[in-house]
Amino acid sequence: MRFGFSEDQLLFQSTLRDFLAKECPPAFVRGLWDGETGDDPLLWRKLSELGVPGLLVPEAESGLGRDEIDAVLLLEELGRAALGGPLVPTAVVGAALLAELAPCDLRERWLRRVAAGEARLAVGHPALAFVSEADAADLLLLASGDELHAALRADVTLVRQRANDPSRRLFGVRFSPAPATRVARGEEARRLLAAAFDRGALAAAAQAIGVADRLIEIACGYARQRKQFGVPIGSFQAVKHALASCSVRLEYARPVVHRAAHSLARAARTRAVDVSHAKLAATEAASLAARTALQVHGAIGYTWEQDLHLWMRRAFTLDLEWGGGPLHRARVADAVLAADARIGPGETFTGG
Amino acid sequence: MDLAYTPEQQRFRAEARAWLEANVPRTPLPSFDTRDGFAAHRAWEKHLNQGGWAMVSWPTAYGGRGANLLEWLVFEEEYYRAGAPKRVNQNGLFLLGPTIMEYGTPEQKARFLPKIASSEEVWCQGWSEPNAGSDMAAIQAGAIRRGDHYVINGQKTWASRGAFADWVFGLFRSDPASERHRGLTFVLVPLDAKGITVRPIAQLDGETGFAEIFFDDVAVPVKNRLGEEGQGWSVAMATAGFERGLMLRSPARFQETARRLVALHREHAAECEPALREAVVRCWMDAEAYTLETYRTVSRLLAGGKIGAEASLNKIFWSELDLRMHETALRILGDRADLLPEAPAAAGVGDWLDGWLFALSGPIYAGTNEIQRNVIAERFLGLPRS
Repeated sequence: MRFGFSEDQLLFQSTLRDFLAKECPPAFVRGLWDGETGDDPLLWRKLSELGVPGLLVPEAESGLGRDEIDAVLLLEELGRAALGGPLVPTAVVGAALLAELAPCDLRERWLRRVAAGEARLAVGHPALAFVSEADAADLLLLASGDELHAALRADVTLVRQRANDPSRRLFGVRFSPAPATRVARGEEARRLLAAAFDRGALAAAAQAIGVADRLIEIACGYARQRKQFGVPIGSFQAVKHALASCSVRLEYARPVVHRAAHSLARAARTRAVDVSHAKLAATEAASLAARTALQVHGAIGYTWEQDLHLWMRRAFTLDLEWGGGPLHRARVADAVLAADARIGPGETFTGG
Repeated sequence: MDLAYTPEQQRFRAEARAWLEANVPRTPLPSFDTRDGFAAHRAWEKHLNQGGWAMVSWPTAYGGRGANLLEWLVFEEEYYRAGAPKRVNQNGLFLLGPTIMEYGTPEQKARFLPKIASSEEVWCQGWSEPNAGSDMAAIQAGAIRRGDHYVINGQKTWASRGAFADWVFGLFRSDPASERHRGLTFVLVPLDAKGITVRPIAQLDGETGFAEIFFDDVAVPVKNRLGEEGQGWSVAMATAGFERGLMLRSPARFQETARRLVALHREHAAECEPALREAVVRCWMDAEAYTLETYRTVSRLLAGGKIGAEASLNKIFWSELDLRMHETALRILGDRADLLPEAPAAAGVGDWLDGWLFALSGPIYAGTNEIQRNVIAERFLGLPRS
């Protein structure tokens, strides 16, 4: 029993943090809003040099062969940088879904391309109304009934749905499923899609942790520097207590997300409920941090020019993605209130 | 990250479970805030200690079994799972004990720790005074050195279990010219010493859960001082760190309350509105979150880390969770929630009312949650002092 990350994992995280602070400042994120897609080829090449797109690609396909426990650290840092774009659909949800396919030529070819930094993926899931970052994708993994299909970008038609968060590029996707595009069906497809859903929800949760952390940091920075009544506003208890409450929510969401990553990586019996708990706890922490950070900033935070809204919008978006509150609350409730639920002292880690 | 218990940890759990199943009293003991209940709880503690389970994480020399903090968590899980009695000597076991381990002389360790483990000596705390509550550095009660004794004068208050306890530990001003955090000394005082008057105070539930303690020229030997003279504040902060941070409220306590809450909801599911169902599930989630965060902290401590200002986060989280769990239970019970156990129609209402009255004190004791939020803001988030 050891609930924590290894030195190597923490080094990986701090490397990413430094990299993203340098390469993806707010001005860069704003720049992506006006791009043709949410992708920046130069950034992608640099991320590929760090091995990031191939994080979950097995070593046999030239990836790093890591699991969701490592991915969660990457995702926190993406949230901290408010970076959207095709990285999460490709490196986390898409790559893991491809890797779980039965061995086939398509699986190996595309995993190698992802690991080499040559391909972006997008995922269409029955639980999602739209497909994120479909315009940047080379290959789209799309559910159709109880089948899973893989379609090339050229074989689908996209309709852009503009969203409040400019870092979020949503598309309606039309394509014609055919036996040649089918990669899984029936029970296997349902199993793959269920895992993809949990991985997507975990990805949203982990990003929300990074978003909340950064929002609290920004708000505290402002509260230290902004003076009213002749003193920094951060010296007022009304401000202190609001920010302290954000910290309480965040610090008790973080381990829930880390544990959900472990449950995914180890295919625990409690995977679904652990992931839903993580999604709820982390997005609640991010929403509270967003509202509080805005209030601490006052009117300046309500401007387009101030960068605060980059993270506020992420907080809002991540709450909606991969199942909103009602869906995840229902999943937890069904598990916890079941007559045969194993809950209480000593049961926390019995799910594997 | 490895979230599986080792075979040794599993054996430890099995051993604790077997002992508790065979030894936990079948019927609940009377409240330890009554004279009879206090005696019954002390007898239970003695039995627990004879079995070697009073304080598993202490060295065997002091009555423990040399277990690490993870095994302590496992023991706590089994303790609450078994529905075992509340710990009447929690101030001694969880707060003073670890402080003596850190600051005590070898003589003090040998003198005090075994009797804490056996609850032959039950302890209460002496921090608050009539004019020093949240502002603890305003302490006035004095301990003035006279040769090989301190002479103590003044008043302490809100000493939980003070009505029946044997000893009090607390902070006293040893330098009358000093101000605030300086010039304070941590002293251990027997409550049967000449010049001490203990006045029990009835709490919200009508029982004498705490007391005021008056000191009138009470002479205490210098060997009862913990840490150096004038360094009491740092010694007390170590104690407060244990209190807020880890030992006072282990996660198993809240997991057991959450489990009982889920069971209560199941019994009343038909008459519960959806919002209550949601509130119950949320309580379960937060109890799990508290457990996970504690495992994370313990893993960090076992790797050589220390508890810092984040201890204040814990205290806020568990006290607010505990209150919410009890409020949710009362809402499920509806009008019957108000019934005392002896009311003819009280069957099935359990002890939620009593638990709620106690939970109301959570955001106040061990440093109010307002003080905790100041600590988080200033030491964890780096905001300027007021």
